[in-house]
Amino acid sequence: MLNTDTIRPRGPIVIDIENITKHYVMGEETVHALRGVTLQIHRNEYLAIMGPSGSGKSTLMNMLGCLDTPSSGRYEFNGKDVSAMNDDELATIRNHEIGFVFQTFNLLPRSTSLRNVELPLIYAGIDAEVREERAADSLRAVGLGDRLQHKPNELSGGQRQRVAIARALVNNPSIILADEPTGNLDSKTGEEIMALLENLYQEGNTIILVTHEADIARHARRIVHLRDGLVESDATAEQPEIETLAFT
Amino acid sequence: MKRFIYELSESWKIAFAQMQSNKTRSMLTALGVIIGIVAVTLMGTAITGIQTGFDRSMSILGDDVLYVSQFPWARVNDWWNYRDRREIKTEYAEPLNRMIAATPNSNLLLAVPTSSITKSVKRGDNQVTGILIQGTTADYPLISVVDFNEGRFFNEVENRAAGNVCLLGYDVADALFPSESPIGKEVQISGQQFRVLGVGARQGSFLGLFSLDSIVIVPLPTFKKFFSAKSESDVRVKVRDKLKLADAKDELTGLMRRVRALPPEKKNDFDINEQQAFKSTLDPVKNSIALAGLFITGLSLFVGAIGIMNITFVSVKERTKEIGTRKALGARRRTILLQFLIESTSLCILGGLIGLTFAYAMCFAIATAFPSFPVQFSVGLVLIGMFVSVFTGLVSGFAPAWSASRLDPVTALRYE
Ligand SMILES: Nc1ncnc2c1ncn2[C@@H]1O[C@H](COP(=O)(O)OP(=O)(O)OP(=O)(O)O)[C@@H](O)[C@H]1O
Ligand SMILES: [Mg+2]
Repeated sequence: MLNTDTIRPRGPIVIDIENITKHYVMGEETVHALRGVTLQIHRNEYLAIMGPSGSGKSTLMNMLGCLDTPSSGRYEFNGKDVSAMNDDELATIRNHEIGFVFQTFNLLPRSTSLRNVELPLIYAGIDAEVREERAADSLRAVGLGDRLQHKPNELSGGQRQRVAIARALVNNPSIILADEPTGNLDSKTGEEIMALLENLYQEGNTIILVTHEADIARHARRIVHLRDGLVESDATAEQPEIETLAFT
Repeated sequence: MKRFIYELSESWKIAFAQMQSNKTRSMLTALGVIIGIVAVTLMGTAITGIQTGFDRSMSILGDDVLYVSQFPWARVNDWWNYRDRREIKTEYAEPLNRMIAATPNSNLLLAVPTSSITKSVKRGDNQVTGILIQGTTADYPLISVVDFNEGRFFNEVENRAAGNVCLLGYDVADALFPSESPIGKEVQISGQQFRVLGVGARQGSFLGLFSLDSIVIVPLPTFKKFFSAKSESDVRVKVRDKLKLADAKDELTGLMRRVRALPPEKKNDFDINEQQAFKSTLDPVKNSIALAGLFITGLSLFVGAIGIMNITFVSVKERTKEIGTRKALGARRRTILLQFLIESTSLCILGGLIGLTFAYAMCFAIATAFPSFPVQFSVGLVLIGMFVSVFTGLVSGFAPAWSASRLDPVTALRYE
């Protein structure tokens, strides 16, 4: 079912990491979360990172998302060397190039959907009117056009994750990073979110997904398996799973 | 720049939302600042009030008048060197004025003697005690500000004739003539009847020590006739140019030595006083009272600031995950720093506004209840109060805001 061929012409390289390591010093002990990961991700890829708990998935994800810097190794994002950047430069990259979707949604509890989605645009310095328009567009794109003024506690789990996805999309990022996006949802709602991500992929977005559920990883076109901080396998799916394309 | 403005307005919105969703907590924290601001501003009003009263008292002495008196006004530690001094006589004024007139380009203008004693003043069954009876000449209005509510000062003729005429201070007139004009009526001092010529305007008190309105002024010859025993005298000399006060003082010292016929080897046995002497004795006292007052009230503001710092630390802790999320979405260090600084500052501004309102109300109440108590509420005080609030907010919020801005995004996102 998996082979190393590609199914469509590849876009330019967005993420290029080579021999990335990450270790945490905890008193006497050193935890090696990543031991040397090399990976290239092209534009409009749909990639899932899998592996057992503690294998370094989240650590790698944080690295890819420029939330963290590697202990050693090279990381180029859109051709720019990220490993040498300072905190504020990384913040700018995150703001412009990366859309995060978290397992726990991470919405601001007292703000409306619209205000939540506006947030990255505020940090980008975009004018108020444009901001509101784009945030509303983004919410409509995830099917929440009628929930603009709702606060997170007035929304279901699936709707909250949609708001989070709208927020990730709003600044037209180069990649969307989702760490266990369905981890806090029931399987039906999870499927809806996966269908939404599939849709975004079809529209040309680049999606990187962390999961330990094979059912979820199935949606991706390429699956990277991690074990003990190393890439165990990296394979591209032969064919998209047509039945999951149905968007509800 | 644009981004900064958007982040700023965003921070204000967050701060308001925070206050709204934690009303009780915000109010309790702001209470510390409220108390601090009330204490500091009330102390501020008291200090400016004291200063104003002090300045007013000083201006009554006149900044262009030298007082020739037996003893210095400033406190001395060697009083035994002064105790044998001869009294100052009101008669000195005459030779002084003659010599002033004879000196070309004299720095002095005019010498006027005064003599005073404390007595009771009666009118019918009404009596006021502890009134300063002051004898002086018709020239007195030339060296001192004398404002009248009604009537006039006595003239040269009345003075020479040693007539039983007088001027009443505001309080004396008020006490003895509560419902009628005293002009032309008579009052009794030491069994003598005096006809009232005028009533002075209200002057308040001198340094809050004694009322300047509890006074009766009579012609000097009259004074000598009835009250000369145990009275005290001085000679007041107006100078031509108050910028040349030191020269004037030297000149007057020379004249006084001649009047007293002091041989060159003898020291002065009199003192030339001026308001500056008061100032230099009282300024350190006044300043240390002000400093101590501000320090003590400042402490309460400091406690309020610690409360703000504490609550901001709590806020940072509670919202660690939110900080992580914001950082993931592109908030830079500065953005987070600003957000929490504005949170702490807005709490302080809230406290400051409420505190100033309270302080204003209290000043108003105090001023209504005790008109003589020197409190003054001013626009400047409001500005200073707001400045202090903002400053307190920035200082107390800085440590927590800084620690928030330095949070590692991954650690913050993992925080539960
Ligand atoms: N901040 C940290 N300090 C110390 N050790 C850490 C830290 N973050 C991660 N680790 C360690 O690094 C290893 C990889 O962690 P990571 O979170 O990437 O695993 P994961 O694959 O995402 O696991 P899971 O599926 O449970 O989320 C683990 O052994 C973890 O204990
Ligand atoms: Mg993980």
